[in-house]
Amino acid sequence: MTQQPVKFYQTGTFTVGNRLLPGDERAVQANMRRTNSLNSGHRACQGCGEALGARYAIDAAMQATGNRVIAINATGCLEVFSTPYPETSWQIPWMHSLFGNAAAVAAGVAAALRIKGGKGAKVIAQGGDGGTTDIGFGCLSGMFERNDDVLYICYDNEAYMNTGVQRSSATPPAARTATTMSVGRHPGNVFGTGKNVPLIAMAHHIPYVATASVANLRDLEAKVTRAMGVSGARYIHIHVPCPLGWGSQPADTIKIARLAVESGLFPLFEAVDGEVTARYQLRRRVPVEDYLRLQRRFAHLFGATPDTQTIAAIQAMADRNVRTFGLEAA
Amino acid sequence: MKKPFAITLDPGSSLANHTGSWRNNRPVYVDRLPPCNNACPAGENIQGWLYHAESGDYRKAWEELVTNNPLPACMGRVCYHPCETACNRATLDSAVGIHAVERFLGDEALRQGWALPAPAADSGKRVLVVGAGPSGLSAAYQLRRMGHAVTIAEAGPMTGGMMRFGIPKYRLPRDILDGEIKRIADLGVEIKLNSRVDSILEAMTAGRYDAAFLAVGAHIAKRAYIPAGGAARILDAVSVLRGMEDTDQPMLGRRVVVYGGGNTALDVARTAKRLGASEAIIVYRRTREKMPAHDFEVQEALEEGIMIKWLSTIKRMEDAALTVEKMQLDDQGFPQPTGEFETLEADSLVLALGQDVDLSLLDKVPGLEIADGVVKVDRNMMTGHAGIFAGGDMVPSERTVTVAIGHGKKAARNIDAWLRGGKYAAPEKHELATVERLNTWYYTDAPQTVQPALDIARRQSSFDEVVGGLDERNAQFEARRCLSCGNCFECDNCYGVCPDNAVIKLGPGRRFEFNYDYCKGCGMCAAECPCGAIAMVPETI
Repeated sequence: MTQQPVKFYQTGTFTVGNRLLPGDERAVQANMRRTNSLNSGHRACQGCGEALGARYAIDAAMQATGNRVIAINATGCLEVFSTPYPETSWQIPWMHSLFGNAAAVAAGVAAALRIKGGKGAKVIAQGGDGGTTDIGFGCLSGMFERNDDVLYICYDNEAYMNTGVQRSSATPPAARTATTMSVGRHPGNVFGTGKNVPLIAMAHHIPYVATASVANLRDLEAKVTRAMGVSGARYIHIHVPCPLGWGSQPADTIKIARLAVESGLFPLFEAVDGEVTARYQLRRRVPVEDYLRLQRRFAHLFGATPDTQTIAAIQAMADRNVRTFGLEAA
Repeated sequence: MKKPFAITLDPGSSLANHTGSWRNNRPVYVDRLPPCNNACPAGENIQGWLYHAESGDYRKAWEELVTNNPLPACMGRVCYHPCETACNRATLDSAVGIHAVERFLGDEALRQGWALPAPAADSGKRVLVVGAGPSGLSAAYQLRRMGHAVTIAEAGPMTGGMMRFGIPKYRLPRDILDGEIKRIADLGVEIKLNSRVDSILEAMTAGRYDAAFLAVGAHIAKRAYIPAGGAARILDAVSVLRGMEDTDQPMLGRRVVVYGGGNTALDVARTAKRLGASEAIIVYRRTREKMPAHDFEVQEALEEGIMIKWLSTIKRMEDAALTVEKMQLDDQGFPQPTGEFETLEADSLVLALGQDVDLSLLDKVPGLEIADGVVKVDRNMMTGHAGIFAGGDMVPSERTVTVAIGHGKKAARNIDAWLRGGKYAAPEKHELATVERLNTWYYTDAPQTVQPALDIARRQSSFDEVVGGLDERNAQFEARRCLSCGNCFECDNCYGVCPDNAVIKLGPGRRFEFNYDYCKGCGMCAAECPCGAIAMVPETI
């Protein structure tokens, strides 16, 4: 999973770059001539995880393809904050149609490219968790099923943030959103709901599925790069904290993403042809409480009397991930 | 302008949208003070020289090192490295082996024959330095670099002071010491041996010196009254260790008892062992926890078979036997006699009870103040007599080589300012880079490199150096364990993690800049900076 062995250069390979590493061993993001696909001046909130994740992913894809990427964007924060007509922050060929049809439009663009003789351009569809796991899910499943030559990237911030933080099928249990208020006997989102789209994507037996996090840049870039080298339908699900919707400090975005990974709540893995082939082994495992406490959407769990039962149920989810994906070194 | 169907506006870039106006905190790059630098009595820029060693530029690392300390090969061996005690890396795995890298750089410089930086243009001023110990050498070196003519007057027959006459060879080989001192002499520092200064004022007038730095050290052994029979052999630690530098080595016998609990006591006992004593016993009146000697020295001594009798005082010495009284600690932790006695066989007894300063050269100097047997100096290292400065063991201090080197440097700066008719103003210290300022997630786990040690049999029988040095490969590894606390090392994290591309990378060695037109002030760069080199400062409107 770690695409290059950890080298001991003061910070090893955990940092973005390092003056002591040869240029080709640094992250794409360390490059002075990175594409900056999503440029300055966009209107995302302070500390936006999605803006960061999108630049990480698309810059890596641009590098992997020699700058031959066409991106199709679903409606959502990413589209709204980047491209209020007539301005745009995108420095790549980029197209927006509707909330639910990004996968279908991308499939069409890929077909058009094929008919026009290709020339090596690659198609990426991207959207938030609402446009992917809910509204665009039919189109997405169709794209997988037909094995269209598209990489679909979902930036998962676990709710409809653009419209005011409503619950999506990616919202975790107990999280407070505008539609799952922290009231009643079981405050926040209901346990036992939602869906795991990476596993559903694997069930289509498409060539490549992966999860990634803005907290692990090297891993994210390696997965995007690998996906760009594969033909057929591919899916990458990137965890991107949202300071506004999660009620967290903008400066903590990467820290929170890291705690999601290290607690086991967001397992990082790769699957080829429907089979998990690699997973990120936790480096410093933490209890889920460390992750939950930094977010006001879980504040109702930590009142005068902490809701230990609910916290234990969330911990059990993390433990199950650690078990099923084998996240801890034996 | 003709536009496509349904299009009414020209396309534009978001660069027109200056999101920097959202900001209420601005990130700024800072250099914070690494705890090692803060703890170094010689004021070395440790993080600074490690930085160059990390990239393998040992020459540059050494040059940075010698701006503050002209004796790195010695210091890397004998310093008790308070820098490592302060090192933030200790909270992760173990402190960076700073002394080992310093020693490597010092040895490399001697091997390659690197010269110290050339002195500045002649100032026309003359400075007399009294004493060629670490403090005097350090002051002479710094003063010479500033362009002054410097003469060192040394009472003894050799340079080095306590580095030669107090520290045994197995800790500091003499070729290393000589090599580093020669480099200072090569800068044009005049060293006069066997030149005892009896009166500092007369010496200054006679030599037309504009200022003087006194660093005569503390060479007079403290005595304790111990009733002794006629044939009893009682010596003091200073003369034993000094005697080791003569052709005739001191005769200590087969059973040697050392009285005292400091590093000197251990040095003497270990020396006695190497001279062939079958038994070397240290008698100390308190417990190991209360012992002033450093723990690693106690450990090394015990490994070599030195025995230590805790909670004991010596009452008297007959021909070849000592009477020792057992002590016990009272509620305040002070040793109290118990009235229980025992006999210890001993061919000789060595007293290692501390040293006093020979202050006779200061007789009749007006304005000078002496308290508790040491000379009082002000914050600028100047004594009560204008133009006479003092440092090292003869002023109130911790009495280590490192402190002495620091005194020498500090005094030199003040002497220089004084000679130019001004006052030296030390630059303000940066804010301390505490471990809370770091994001240690980014540092790879890597424990300290262990220096090779000489095997016990050879340690007991020879004066070969006990602790070995690092080679090039592991010295660089050790240097790279540095966390670079508080100082940017160009890891590109800020450049990578900014969601707004508001960090401008300036290229190798030139660090980064913020683009405040677009920085929204989220603070992610500061939070993810491994070394704490970014501060968030409130905007003023």
